[in-house]
Amino acid sequence: MVFRESVKKFTGKINEVEMGVGERAIKIGGENVMPFYSFDGDIGNRPRIGMEILDVYPESWIGSLKEIYSDVANNPVEWAKYVEKKFNPDFICLRFEGADPNGLDKSPEECAEIAKAVAENIKLPLVVAGTNNHGKDSVLFEEVAKAVDGKNVVLLSAVEENYKSVGAAGGMVYKHKVVAESSVDINLAKQLNILINQLGVKSENVIMNVGCAAVGYGFEYVVSTIDRIRLAALGQNDKTLQMPIILPVSFETWEIKESIATEEQMPEWGNQEERGIGLEVSTAASLLTVGANAVILRHPKSVETINGFIRELTA
Amino acid sequence: MGLTGLDIFKLTPKKNCKDCGFPTCLAFSMKVASGAAEIEKCPHISSDALSKLAEATAPPMKTITIGRGETEYKLGGETVLYRHEKTFVNRNRFAVLLCDSMDDGEIESKLHSIKRVNYIRIGEEMRVEIIAFKYGGNRKRYVNLINKVKESGLKLTYMLICEDVDLLSEVLKIVKDDNPIVHGTTKENYRDMVNLVKSNKYVLGLKAPSLSELYDLVGEIQKLDYKELILDVGSNSIKEAFQNTVQIRRTALKEGDRTFGYPSIIFVNQLARNDKFMEIAISSLFIMKYGSIIVLEDIDYARALPLFALRQNIFTDPQRPMRVEPDIYSINNADDNSPVLCTVDFALTYFIVSGEIERSKVPVYLAIPDAGGLSVLTAWAAGKFSGLSIAKFIKEMGVEERTNCRKLVIPGKVAVLKGDIEDSLPGWEVIVGTDEAMHLPRFLRELDKEINGAGSIA
Repeated sequence: MVFRESVKKFTGKINEVEMGVGERAIKIGGENVMPFYSFDGDIGNRPRIGMEILDVYPESWIGSLKEIYSDVANNPVEWAKYVEKKFNPDFICLRFEGADPNGLDKSPEECAEIAKAVAENIKLPLVVAGTNNHGKDSVLFEEVAKAVDGKNVVLLSAVEENYKSVGAAGGMVYKHKVVAESSVDINLAKQLNILINQLGVKSENVIMNVGCAAVGYGFEYVVSTIDRIRLAALGQNDKTLQMPIILPVSFETWEIKESIATEEQMPEWGNQEERGIGLEVSTAASLLTVGANAVILRHPKSVETINGFIRELTA
Repeated sequence: MGLTGLDIFKLTPKKNCKDCGFPTCLAFSMKVASGAAEIEKCPHISSDALSKLAEATAPPMKTITIGRGETEYKLGGETVLYRHEKTFVNRNRFAVLLCDSMDDGEIESKLHSIKRVNYIRIGEEMRVEIIAFKYGGNRKRYVNLINKVKESGLKLTYMLICEDVDLLSEVLKIVKDDNPIVHGTTKENYRDMVNLVKSNKYVLGLKAPSLSELYDLVGEIQKLDYKELILDVGSNSIKEAFQNTVQIRRTALKEGDRTFGYPSIIFVNQLARNDKFMEIAISSLFIMKYGSIIVLEDIDYARALPLFALRQNIFTDPQRPMRVEPDIYSINNADDNSPVLCTVDFALTYFIVSGEIERSKVPVYLAIPDAGGLSVLTAWAAGKFSGLSIAKFIKEMGVEERTNCRKLVIPGKVAVLKGDIEDSLPGWEVIVGTDEAMHLPRFLRELDKEINGAGSIA
C-alpha cells in the first residue's frame, strides 16, 4: 500500500474580523480548518499577538518588567508608544486596572481620555480591557467607545450582564469590535453571541473570549470548550459560533502561584521571571494550538517566542 | 474491526457443544460480537482463528509498553482525536537527551536536573521519565555513559538512539532487563534491528526522510511480524513535524489504517534549536496534539511547571474530574490562632481558592472534606457538601486541637448551610465568605484584622 494523506474538509469558516485602522490594521480569522492544519485547507490570517499595558503603574508586575518600563510606566501614552516601537506586537491591549471600583476607581471620563490619547498616538490596533466589574465596565466602555470613535478598537469585553450597553455603544453606535465573553461553556458562548446579534451587532463585529485559564488550572475545560466550538463552527457550519477567538493569556498566567512566588518563597523553583515566561508561553502556545486567533501577552520574551512559534507553523 | 456475529460464527467449530455456556455456537458468536462474551470461553477454537479474531478486533492504535517495574509506562492505545469525544488514555512521557559528545560537566548537570525536578501535583508524580542516549561517534564513551547512568540508580526508562547494530547489541547487555526503547531503525538496517530486539520484544523506534517512506518502512517491518514500534515524526521543521504527527494519528484513527497505529516520538530539543522558551512552546503543541514521547534538551522548573501541569490537565478523563485529598491544609503558616476556611475537593476549586488565600498572605487552615470531587454548588445539590458533612469533618479531623480560633468561613454560594453547621458545631461561628474566590484576599485581610486587631500581616 502507498501512503495517502488523510484530509479533512469542513463546510464552515471562521469569520474574518478587522481590528484597527490604517496601514497597521490587522485581520484575524478566516480559516476553514483546525488551527495550523495547512494540509487540510486555508488556515486564514495568521494568529496575532497583543501586548498588555496598564492605565496605572504596574505595581504587581515582576521587577524585571517594571525595570523595562521604568521610564514610561507612569504614562500610558508613552508606554504604548514605547511598546509599539520597541517590541512591535500586532496590537496593544490597554487594561484599565485603575478603573476597578475596588481600587482607584477612576471615572469613565478619565479613562476615556487616556484611551483616546493612546489610540491617537499609536498606529497599532488597540484593545481596551475593562475591570471585570460588569457595572463599571458597562459605563466605562460607553465612554471609551465614544472617545475613540473611528479607531475601530476592540472592547474586551461584554458579558451576559452588560452586553446591551457595551454592544449598543461599542458595536452599534461607534462601530467598534465587541468581545463576547463567556465562561468556558459552549452553550453560554453560543447564547451570548445570539443575544449580541439580536441586539443588532453584526457577527463580523464580534470576537469571542470563551474563557481563559492558565495551564494546570482547569485548562482542560478551556481546551475541550474550544475544540467543541471549533468543530461546531467548521463541521456543522454553526454561524453563531464562527467568530474568531481572542484570549487574554497574561491576565491569567501572571496571577498563579507558579508565576508570583518569589525565589525567596520557593527557592527550589529557581528564577521567577523564567517561570512566568514559561507559564505564559506554554499557555499561549496551547491555546493557539486549539484555536485562539489572538492572544494577549505581557513579557517581551513571550511575545518574541510565540511570534517565532506562529511564524514556523504558518510558514 | 467490526466483526459481525456471523463472521465469528465461521471461526467456531459449529458443534453446539455448550462448553462455552451458551446453547449454540451462533448464540455464543453473537454475544462475542456485541462484546458480552470473551472468545476464549470456547475451548475448541483454533489458535489460527483466535489470532484472526485478535487481528480483526484489535484497536486502531497499538498500546506499547516501555521500561520495567517502577519505570514501566504505556504509550499509545488512543481511540479519539479530541478528548471530549471520550478521553485520552496514555499520557505523553518526557525524555531528556544525553550524548557521548557532551562533556562530563554537561552530562552531570543534566542528570542533576533530572534528579532535582521531582515533585507531586494533585497526587501525581511530576518528573522526567525517560533518558535518551544518543550515539555521537565515540563507542567507548557511549558505553561508559550508559553504565554510569545505570549505576546512578536514577529511576528512568532508557532509550538508545543508535543505528549501529553491533554497538547496540553491546550496550543492550547493560540494560537488557530494563525493557529499553531502541531507536534508530531505518530502511537500511531494519532487518538486523528486528532480529536484535525480537526475542525481548523491545520497542523499536523508526525513522525515515519522509512520511511516505516512514509508512513503507512500517509496512516492511510488519511483514516481519514485528509490531512493537514507535514512530519518529522527523525534525526538519516544526511545521513538518506537526503535520506528520497529526497525519499519523489521523491515518490510524480516522482512516482505520493500522500501519500508522503506533505512538510517536518528537525531538523537541532539535526543533527548538537551543531556545528554551521555544522548547516550552513546541512541547505544549505536542502535548495537545498527539506526541507520545517528547524529548527535551534539559529539565528545570521553568519547563516542568507548565508542561507537567498541562499534561496533567489534558490527560484527565473528562468524566472523572481531578480531586485533591480530603485534609486540613495549612496555608501561609497557619498557627493556633488561625481561622478555618472550608471548600470542596474539586481540584480546580482547591487550586483557585488556595491560590487566592496565598495571595492574601493571611494564615488560614483550609478544610477540604470529601465532596465527591464536585464543584461547590454541584456538590451541595448532590448532598455531598452539607452542614452535617462539614461539621463532621471539622470534628473528625481534630481541627479544634490545631487552632483556638472558632471561626469557620464557608463559600458564599452555600450561605444557606450556616445554620446547619452552627447547630452541629457548638462554639463555632460560621461566617459566610465570598461568592467568588477572587474576592477572598480582601475578605481574609479584613477577617484577619478583626481577629488580630492590627492584623497578623504587615
